[in-house]
Amino acid sequence: MAQKQKVYLRLANGKTFAGYSFGKFGNSEGEVVFTTGMTGYPESLTDPSYSGQILVFTYPLIGNYGIPQFKRDDTAKTVQDGFESGKIQVRGIIISGYSFDYSHFDATGSLHTWLLENDIPGIYGVDTRELTKTLRTTGVMLGKITTEPEGGLFEVVDPNNTNLAGMVGVKEPVIYSPRKKNPKKILLIDCGVKNNIIRNFVKRGAEVIRVPLDYDPMNSEYDFDGIFVSNGPGDPKMCTNAVENLRKSFELNKPIFGICLGSQILGLSAGADTYKLKFGHRSQNQPCIELGGHCYITSQNHGYAVDTKTLPQDWSEWFVNNNDGTNEGVKHNTKPFFAVQFHPESSPGPNDTGWLFDKFIELL
Amino acid sequence: MQTDKDLADKVYLLPVNPYFVEQVIKKEKPEGIMLGFGGQTALNCGLELNRQGILKKYNVRVLGTQVDSINKTEDRELFVKELNKINVKTPKSIAVTNVKAGLKAAKEVGYPVILRAGFTLGGLGSGFANNEKEIKKALDEAFSYSPQVLIEEDLRGWKEIEYEVVRDSSDNCITVCNMENFDPLGVHTGESIVIAPSQTLSNHEYHTLRDISIKTIRHFKIMGECNIQFALNPRSINEDGGFDYRVIEVNARLSRSSALASKVTGYPLAYIAAKLGLGYKLTELENSITKKTYSCFEPALDYVALKIPRWDLAKFPRVEEEIGSKMKSVGEVMAIGRSFPEVLQKAIRMLQVGKFGLVLNKSKTQTIKEDIITPTPRRLFAISRALRDGYSVDEVNNMSRIDKWFLYQIGLISDFRKLKISKEDLTYDFLLEAKKLGYSDKQIGILAGVDEDEIRKIRKSLGVLPVFKQIDTLAAEYPAETNYLYSTYHGDTNDIEETPQKDEKKIMILGSGPYKIGSSVEFDWCCVTTAKFLRKLGYKVVMVNYNPETVSTDYDICDKLYFEELSLERVLDIYEFEKPLGVIISMGGQIPNNLAIKLHDNNVWILGTSPHSIDKCEDRNKFSSILDRLEIDQPVWQELADLKQAKKFSNKIGYPVLIRPSYVLSGTAMKVCNDDRSVEEYIKEHAQISKDFPVVISKFEEGAKEIEIDGVGQNGELIIYAISEHVENAGVHSGDATLAIPPQKLYFETVHQIKRITKAIVKELKITGPFNIQFLAKENKVKVIECNLRASRSFPFISKATNYNFIEFAVKSILGHNIKGDYKTLDLDHIVVKAPQFSFSRLSGADPILGVEMSSTGEVACFGESMEEAFLKSLLSTGFRLPKKNILLTLGPLEDKIEFLDSARKLNEMGYDIFATHNTHQILKDHKIKSKLVYKINEKKTPNILTMLEKKKFDLVINTQSMKHEHKAMRDGYIMRRKAIDYNIPLINNLKIAELFVNSIYKYKPEQLEIKSMDEY
Repeated sequence: MAQKQKVYLRLANGKTFAGYSFGKFGNSEGEVVFTTGMTGYPESLTDPSYSGQILVFTYPLIGNYGIPQFKRDDTAKTVQDGFESGKIQVRGIIISGYSFDYSHFDATGSLHTWLLENDIPGIYGVDTRELTKTLRTTGVMLGKITTEPEGGLFEVVDPNNTNLAGMVGVKEPVIYSPRKKNPKKILLIDCGVKNNIIRNFVKRGAEVIRVPLDYDPMNSEYDFDGIFVSNGPGDPKMCTNAVENLRKSFELNKPIFGICLGSQILGLSAGADTYKLKFGHRSQNQPCIELGGHCYITSQNHGYAVDTKTLPQDWSEWFVNNNDGTNEGVKHNTKPFFAVQFHPESSPGPNDTGWLFDKFIELL
Repeated sequence: MQTDKDLADKVYLLPVNPYFVEQVIKKEKPEGIMLGFGGQTALNCGLELNRQGILKKYNVRVLGTQVDSINKTEDRELFVKELNKINVKTPKSIAVTNVKAGLKAAKEVGYPVILRAGFTLGGLGSGFANNEKEIKKALDEAFSYSPQVLIEEDLRGWKEIEYEVVRDSSDNCITVCNMENFDPLGVHTGESIVIAPSQTLSNHEYHTLRDISIKTIRHFKIMGECNIQFALNPRSINEDGGFDYRVIEVNARLSRSSALASKVTGYPLAYIAAKLGLGYKLTELENSITKKTYSCFEPALDYVALKIPRWDLAKFPRVEEEIGSKMKSVGEVMAIGRSFPEVLQKAIRMLQVGKFGLVLNKSKTQTIKEDIITPTPRRLFAISRALRDGYSVDEVNNMSRIDKWFLYQIGLISDFRKLKISKEDLTYDFLLEAKKLGYSDKQIGILAGVDEDEIRKIRKSLGVLPVFKQIDTLAAEYPAETNYLYSTYHGDTNDIEETPQKDEKKIMILGSGPYKIGSSVEFDWCCVTTAKFLRKLGYKVVMVNYNPETVSTDYDICDKLYFEELSLERVLDIYEFEKPLGVIISMGGQIPNNLAIKLHDNNVWILGTSPHSIDKCEDRNKFSSILDRLEIDQPVWQELADLKQAKKFSNKIGYPVLIRPSYVLSGTAMKVCNDDRSVEEYIKEHAQISKDFPVVISKFEEGAKEIEIDGVGQNGELIIYAISEHVENAGVHSGDATLAIPPQKLYFETVHQIKRITKAIVKELKITGPFNIQFLAKENKVKVIECNLRASRSFPFISKATNYNFIEFAVKSILGHNIKGDYKTLDLDHIVVKAPQFSFSRLSGADPILGVEMSSTGEVACFGESMEEAFLKSLLSTGFRLPKKNILLTLGPLEDKIEFLDSARKLNEMGYDIFATHNTHQILKDHKIKSKLVYKINEKKTPNILTMLEKKKFDLVINTQSMKHEHKAMRDGYIMRRKAIDYNIPLINNLKIAELFVNSIYKYKPEQLEIKSMDEY
């Protein structure tokens, strides 16, 4: 990085933020969102829920501890430790300060090199606080990273109009087996699942059958004890088949658990509505109250939410956000169907709600 | 601040110990007691009250964390046992009493090990061992010093990480902040440079430690706030995929770190902890910054905050400079910004130790390698120098074990410093780059060979300006309602709008900077009182300060808080942005006072006394000629530029003389010299005497009384004043003196003269606002030694003692209110005594002696019906234990011995056993006062003072020393005083204090001291 190269972030509202290039020197476009988490940039960047998005880190020092080495996890084959999927999922990264020199015993390379390898552009030197305030007041919007300060029409395809979840998930079933014999089996509907969800199940001795988004549980070639609907990117209403399939599988009376997009899909299947939040929740410090219980600090990454008012009578709100009152989880009043909007698997973020995995596995 | 009347319904100025607290409980019958808010003193007191059954007896409920939990965190053995129960790791440590057990223990702990000999001084007998051979040798040595040796695992070089944890009665548990020490394990966290949040931890490390914090705090059933400290192995991963850590300690109370964490995050930990203690839940307490969200969350920072401790080691002769496991710092500063270099350089300037930043300072590091290996206040500068001189980051990391990330960041600053530039290179991009690395205009000026003022002009013309950002706890996710602000060059937009024109209702106050010897919480009180009063009068207040330990940096005390440098550059930045009506510089002590003229020259409107008057007062020559013109007496003095003249002048005025550098640089001390030789020594040691750096020599007046007047003037008229008197004779720094108000031993004539002189000075300097004048009085002759046109250290004391808030008077005076009146401050029905608090026990090697340099680190004040009562309460408040039986008397010159006879007789009468060395013993005997003979240390005979001190045979040591002591006797005296401190034996080192003390215990038993709140006086 001998010469500093200027690059720009142009937003749909006409604002432009200037900074310097790191990672790939080139153009990109997507929905611009911000996260307020202070650690875990390798995890965030590989989180499939960020697919289609340009990610702004509000924390100003990024790259300090480099990028960890890829490690294969024996218990769950093909799941790499320290990463949430096999590649960088964001379309670009915007930060204030980039640490060209990193230090960590587990690091094998720099964030810059890793972005280069993945062909992803980054901008540093941006007033990310001002950018965040823009996104907070105007709402998340489309934007493009460009090497040209001016120029041309602002034409960006809204990634939310495509079935993002269908694109990031597996195309063929994959099975992850624990070491133990005769494990409980979970059918995992993959909308862009984070590796740590699979690790959490396998660690607890369950087998995970990871199937594509449109997979119909009613016509499954596998035996399973419960259904899990994963996190993922985009608008839940684009996942029409998955919503329909899940609604039909209520008949099986098998436990159903959803996380994030999975929660929204479960909500839609139940008959409730979902809507887009102005700027979403992307952070590691969201307080969620289990109604009648504790308040938990949770990790979140979502732009849509279930509209609590539209929940049918036999469903209830389970968790609620202590800050803005939005829905953070739903459950069926009598059947073992439940889901949370936040990320109990964390990575990055606090691990306070890991007990939800235990709860689900106990029901199987 | 907490002893202000409006902060509580009743305020008792009494010692925080079980006896007095019980008396207050008996009188007030409170329902509950909070133990976690007053540091270790309050916690220990609470534990003791509980142990003695006093809380139960009076039915007082402990609010917040319960005693059982506190005990488990305080008792090391219980602590380890409890953590073992939940599989949380603590450092391995085994106590052994013989070599064989030591070898076994070392094997169990695993090499390398650390040996710590118990009950020794200065780390004697402590060390490291890598194998059996080494440990055998080390154990032999250790057992020669101590009967017990601890074998501990070697965690040197591990990272030190802290979490602040909050838990409520419903078991909601959050970590508000984590912090990482720049210095690896081995340096006390209070002595470390600390950054928040952690910088070198991965998500996995951050959250695993967070999980352990929560698990631990739940296990201990902490209710409220606490902190937990970890050691983290920076190198390896365990077999189980986890990493290696140890829990070092848990503080089940608010701590220095919690105060820091509150300022770092904007999360008011103490406030929340108090509410939780009353039974509120985190989910129902509002976030006081956003006023939209709740307190059950973990702040997200979009900036970093760096703390650097402030040391004043140069003030203590003979003190060990190495920093380690004991707290030696006296204060701290915190810088907020958006990059490490930015906050590092800011924080260094904030220390106010004469540094312009990390680089381009006047003094050059001489001993790079030693200073990197052994931590001292110089380490940071040595690292920067080393990197510039070609040491690699790996080399520095090997020597210091400081994480490479920090070293790389320091490298960014020192690399930039290597640039060779001239005025033509000062482009927009260059200046912005410099600013992002935290360079001040001054530093850039030195680099480019241009004046600071010129840099400012160029910078402003190019539009290189800092932006002001808010601290909002949520990284801009929600709008903030409060103005808790900092400046940064890593950004291009301000969070708040610039004031369009001069704001007639807005006043800016400059705070007091770091706590240090000579400037402590007093000035914070002055600033806060000013802010509160101005707001009451309808003004908007802008506060500038950066000391995280202060109330003035609470964002709710003012309308806008700039947590920023008190440098000319930054104050101008803020002033030009805020455009207030004017600036008050007279409340924050010497730091803002020093800016007066420079600010004035930059078109800043200074409120109160004119900066020109301040200049006249600060400039020794100008002030002296004013006094001459007004025919006011002052000690003879002269500025001298060579040794020959210095000696000649000293002989002319007669020894002893007081000598000091003309320009006081940090750490350059004053000294009393008795002869030519000591003048020579001083000049050789301290001052490069020359025309540019002359020394000032003045007559040192012996046996004189020292008197202070604090007051408020308005347009040259004296409005209100208070006179206080030093118990000690002149020669003891006013900050170390015991003060009494109203004065007890002054002649009417003296008081009259003091008033006359004061009025003349107030008139001459057209004082409008606070001031302080110090006088010497001997045989009704009064001399002026110093005058400050600002609030002084004693303003809170005299305000509380007289019940007239002098700061409110000063504010009204500055604003032009009519405040003339008749204020009675000499004729009080009670007496208030202020006593100094010393910290010699923490400062290994320092000589506990009083002199012209201040060495106390705090103060206490108590009310009483008589001088003796108020004094005794004050003394007890400093932690002084009353003697039971044995008192060692070693009195300096003959006059001291004679003067003390009456007191010694009283000690006899009260049944104390006096021990005295030969001469003192003889004089006592001549006057029929019983005493036992002990031998001086150098006499090497028994019974010897040294062995008796070591066996803790004395309950009190009274030692006074002559100004003209012999060297051998001086060394003896030093060892004796030092041993007394090291063995925790109360020491009185001043004759006047000793006499007052004897009179006090003669007149009062502890149970006769009245338990009265401030408003009952």
